[in-house]
Amino acid sequence: MALLEIRNLSVEFDTTSGPFRAVDGVDLTVDPREVVAIVGESGSGKSVAMLALMGLLPDGATVTADRLTFEGEDLQRMPARQRRQVIGRDVSMIFQDPIASLNPCFTAGFQIGEVLQAHLGLGRRQRRERTLELLRLVGMPEPERRIDAFPHQLSGGMSQRVLIAMAIACRPKLLIADEPTTALDVTIQAQILDLLLQLRDETGMALVLITHDMGVVAETAERVVVQYAGQQVERQSVRGLFRAPHHPYTHALLAALPERAEGGRLPAIPGVVPGQGDRPAGCLFNPRCARADALCRSVAPPRLEPALGEALCHHPVREPLA
Amino acid sequence: MFGFLLRRVAFLAPTFVGITVVAFGFIRILPGDPVLLMAGERGLTPERHAELLHQLGFDRPIWQQYLTYLGNLLQGDLGTSIITKNPVLGEFLTLFPATVELSLCAIFLAVALGVPAGVIAAVRRGSLLEQAMMGTALVGYSMPIFWWGLLLIILFSGILHWTPVSGRISLIYFFEPVTGFMLIDALLSGQEGAFGSALSHLILPSIVLATIPLAVIARQTRSAMLEVLGEDYIRTARAKGLSPLRVIGLHALRNALIPVITTIGLQVGVLLAGAILTETIFSWPGVGKWMVDSIFRRDYPAVQGGLLLIAGVVMVVNLVVDLLYGLINPRIRHQ
Repeated sequence: MALLEIRNLSVEFDTTSGPFRAVDGVDLTVDPREVVAIVGESGSGKSVAMLALMGLLPDGATVTADRLTFEGEDLQRMPARQRRQVIGRDVSMIFQDPIASLNPCFTAGFQIGEVLQAHLGLGRRQRRERTLELLRLVGMPEPERRIDAFPHQLSGGMSQRVLIAMAIACRPKLLIADEPTTALDVTIQAQILDLLLQLRDETGMALVLITHDMGVVAETAERVVVQYAGQQVERQSVRGLFRAPHHPYTHALLAALPERAEGGRLPAIPGVVPGQGDRPAGCLFNPRCARADALCRSVAPPRLEPALGEALCHHPVREPLA
Repeated sequence: MFGFLLRRVAFLAPTFVGITVVAFGFIRILPGDPVLLMAGERGLTPERHAELLHQLGFDRPIWQQYLTYLGNLLQGDLGTSIITKNPVLGEFLTLFPATVELSLCAIFLAVALGVPAGVIAAVRRGSLLEQAMMGTALVGYSMPIFWWGLLLIILFSGILHWTPVSGRISLIYFFEPVTGFMLIDALLSGQEGAFGSALSHLILPSIVLATIPLAVIARQTRSAMLEVLGEDYIRTARAKGLSPLRVIGLHALRNALIPVITTIGLQVGVLLAGAILTETIFSWPGVGKWMVDSIFRRDYPAVQGGLLLIAGVVMVVNLVVDLLYGLINPRIRHQ
């Protein structure tokens, strides 16, 4: 049985200028120990889909899904109280801006211990011991000193380690990392990614990694989902994706990587992700696509077979990258 | 922390000098002659008038009077009331507990109702409940105190007969003040019904005095909470699977209280200003009513001393609030 199963998840926001569909028919299956990456540019709805899973979206959001189960349990039908017992214990999440994600009024130790108290009911002394253990596990320098530090006394990398400690405190089965390294220095980025993979190996948890960085995908993930304007435009193994991307968007993304580019200037994808007002008819990518024709501009594309990366496209790229 | 305290205290000195100038100047700008007012309808001969003015020192040049006043002040002498002939400090200290009791009750009421109201308004943003609460707060904020007080007296004392009209306790009770706080003294006296009587006298003036601070605190709490609820760390707290009560009541409120505490501190000044009107409406024997009476009698030393002492209290309270601010905000504490 899959750990996490999402079928046809959509999220719509009520805005003053009408409803906006941020996530559109997303599927995701995650097995234990698996590392899945969700890639896309800003506004592609990758964070929103995961926040919907966590039940962390604001009131103005409407979440619909044919299936939204964790370990076979339907998260949508679950009462809020029961869902809160799953969230933070079995499924946990870390966020993009670690410094802003810690509460400035409480010490690192308090914020980690809170999870232990809420889900495991540990007493004061046990909490402190386990917190120290967790801080050591995430590679925090001088854990005895940092446990009583307030967030403003921690660096960005240390804050992210605190958040990871918090997220793995109850040995979750699934960890969702939403751009966990975007706000960090390059050297720290690699350390944090290594730490996440190492924790995966040690605890057997599955990892969903949200990122816009193809380099991060190549180094960490096994499977990758490419998201564009709320839709999954391609789903492949990482190896397959880097060898032969089939959706023109993925193709263009990979061609834009500095290490792949030939000649002086990096190739760019013209235009931006369509927003609420300018969603085109047919394929959502057609205004930016070099292969687009009249069909793409009028008819929504079909989902292709796994051999073509399950691409959402009329004219997939069939030849591998040079 | 000690350096911070020292700097703050040093800053108080020039403020105090400023207040002496204001206190000394303003009462003299008011038209009216204390000696003539004392004489009342009997009138005075011009010779007797001049003699009395000379006795009180009011015939000397203003700057000389001010320097004498300042000199006495430096020796801790706030002067003597020209009406009652009692030391100003003594009169103030006798009446001050009544004002403190009223102000404490009012600020307690304002915080106890204002903070939860602000939190609820922020959490239920956009709801009818929020609009009703914030509308009420706006009305409360704009309410003229004396008119509001009279309305309440008419309703609760005049029509419903639920509360007494004025004073601190019913005249049938008598006991020597121990703490100066009527609620506590009434309890200590052991007289049956005394506490209830003191409490019923306190309710209406407290509500009237609390109205404006309550509205200000509720509005400030709401806006601070709205800001905090959008922060990333609130999402983190919810992602931990904590109950909404804990997320809002601990994670959000703790941060939102930082600006609210400052506001509460600033309300102490508003409260003492409000006490002048409230005490007058309810004949509450505190320093506010005493100040008003002294102003009407042109009792220069009493007005000067009272102003100075009230200003001192406000400054000390604000200093304490600044220190509290450091306690609640770790970013300040560790600097």
